[in-house]
Amino acid sequence: MGEVTRTDVLIVGAGPVGLFAVFELGLLDLKCHLVDILDRPGGQCAELYPEKPIYDIPAYPTISAQGLVDRLLEQIEPFEPQFTFNRMISALERQEDGSFRVTTDEGEIFEAKVVVIAAGGGSFQPKRPPIPGIEEYEDRSVHYAVRRMEDFRDEDLLIVGGGDSALDWTLNLQPIARSLTLVHRRSQFRAAPDSVNKMMALKDQEKVDFQVGQIKALSGTGGQLESATIKGVDRDVEIACTRLLPFFGLTMKLGPISEWGLNLHENLIPVDTEKFETSEPGIFAIGDINHYPGKLKLILSGFHEAALMAQAAKRIVHPDERVVFQYTTSSTSLQKKLGVAGR
Amino acid sequence: MTKLTYIVPDGTRFDVEAENGSTVMENAIRNGVPGIEAECGGACACATCHVYVDEGWSPTVGEPQAMEEDMLDFAYEVQPNSRLSCQIQVTDELDGLVVRIPERQA
Ligand SMILES: Cc1cc2nc3c(=O)[nH]c(=O)nc-3n(C[C@H](O)[C@H](O)[C@H](O)COP(=O)(O)OP(=O)(O)OC[C@H]3O[C@@H](n4cnc5c(N)ncnc54)[C@H](O)[C@@H]3O)c2cc1C
Ligand code: FES
Repeated sequence: MGEVTRTDVLIVGAGPVGLFAVFELGLLDLKCHLVDILDRPGGQCAELYPEKPIYDIPAYPTISAQGLVDRLLEQIEPFEPQFTFNRMISALERQEDGSFRVTTDEGEIFEAKVVVIAAGGGSFQPKRPPIPGIEEYEDRSVHYAVRRMEDFRDEDLLIVGGGDSALDWTLNLQPIARSLTLVHRRSQFRAAPDSVNKMMALKDQEKVDFQVGQIKALSGTGGQLESATIKGVDRDVEIACTRLLPFFGLTMKLGPISEWGLNLHENLIPVDTEKFETSEPGIFAIGDINHYPGKLKLILSGFHEAALMAQAAKRIVHPDERVVFQYTTSSTSLQKKLGVAGR
Repeated sequence: MTKLTYIVPDGTRFDVEAENGSTVMENAIRNGVPGIEAECGGACACATCHVYVDEGWSPTVGEPQAMEEDMLDFAYEVQPNSRLSCQIQVTDELDGLVVRIPERQA
């Protein structure tokens, strides 16, 4: 059991809506901790379309998705949000005093008075390639991420993919692997050119075997992988391997949220439109993950939801304080929180 | 109007009338053709609108651009005639186009 981190509000998901919630909660003096399975903030904007322009963010005729994330991070900086990345929130339970205990897949524990689920389309999870029977090997021989490099020492590795993950792990694991084969469907890569050059150099030194093709079949016994058949350009090749690391990008899956005892409607969390609270008092859902009559999965709708949710969260965390409605333009107390007082 | 045909893995054909300027993906969604998921709504960001362009049509439809090639890395069972259907714009030349939908998208 790890240490317990306490915070006012635990936010599940650091997409644009989770990020903006920090701002609205911060204005009301609530401190936030955000957890995301991705390795950086921004949710869909950062993972799926960072370079693409968005045209419907109020007051920005055009802004790139990553640009929006960067601005949000700048905007919430005064509130010093805490982030934990590369972690999935797996469990959420109410404790006797009414607060919540939230646990990650790696066992970290958070305690919070309010939980805000800003989980978008669900957590980003690696895609499973459609290789017949791959499930059989998943416990022992197939890995969609590298958590501990040591697990791969002296193994015969087969890495599949042409992006940065595939190339970075090829370069990082080659020195400790017994053998390493990289398979990609073509000889061009999406990965950073520098990594590609380094991989090619290893190939020339015969330290890495690079094959153009797609994996067709796996064979082994009792969940232990022994070899893979690669469908190459003009023939099939059999490659001996004990570990397979497929990097086929990410897809969004609802994930453990379905096990938290909340009412669900087609994988979305129904909320009211006054507070955006779920069927469980103290647990709110904002952004793409929620559902209510008229819901639009737009960033601007999520921002609005965050503002209203914050008012209700405030009453839970500080029940004795009166909430006064104020404008950031004219309220000296809000400006102090933002660090702009007296400017 | 341009005529497009989608063939799903069990062999069923879907013939649709498409407007020029729309995409092959959009017409599949509008007409409820199964097997095109288009999670990203046509932004070339998901690879769940993968199709195989029917033999003979590939030269007319053309080759994918670099961004689409990159995205095709995330599709399954990619073949030389693979395309992302959100990146194929309907024009007069495509009248009669036949595309096949793969077993699975993601
Ligand atoms: C290609 C594309 C173009 C778009 N264009 C526009 C546009 O022009 N305008 C517009 O308004 N919207 C657009 N959208 C939609 C917009 O991106 C979403 O509405 C927005 O990202 C929703 O934000 P969110 O914070 O609710 O969720 P997300 O951005 O989905 O973020 C949710 C985060 O929660 C994490 N998460 C979920 N469950 C867990 C868990 N259990 N543990 C840990 N982390 C978890 C996920 O990993 C993810 O990072 C577009 C979407 C796409 C894909
Ligand atoms: S719809 Fe997402 S890539 Fe075509």
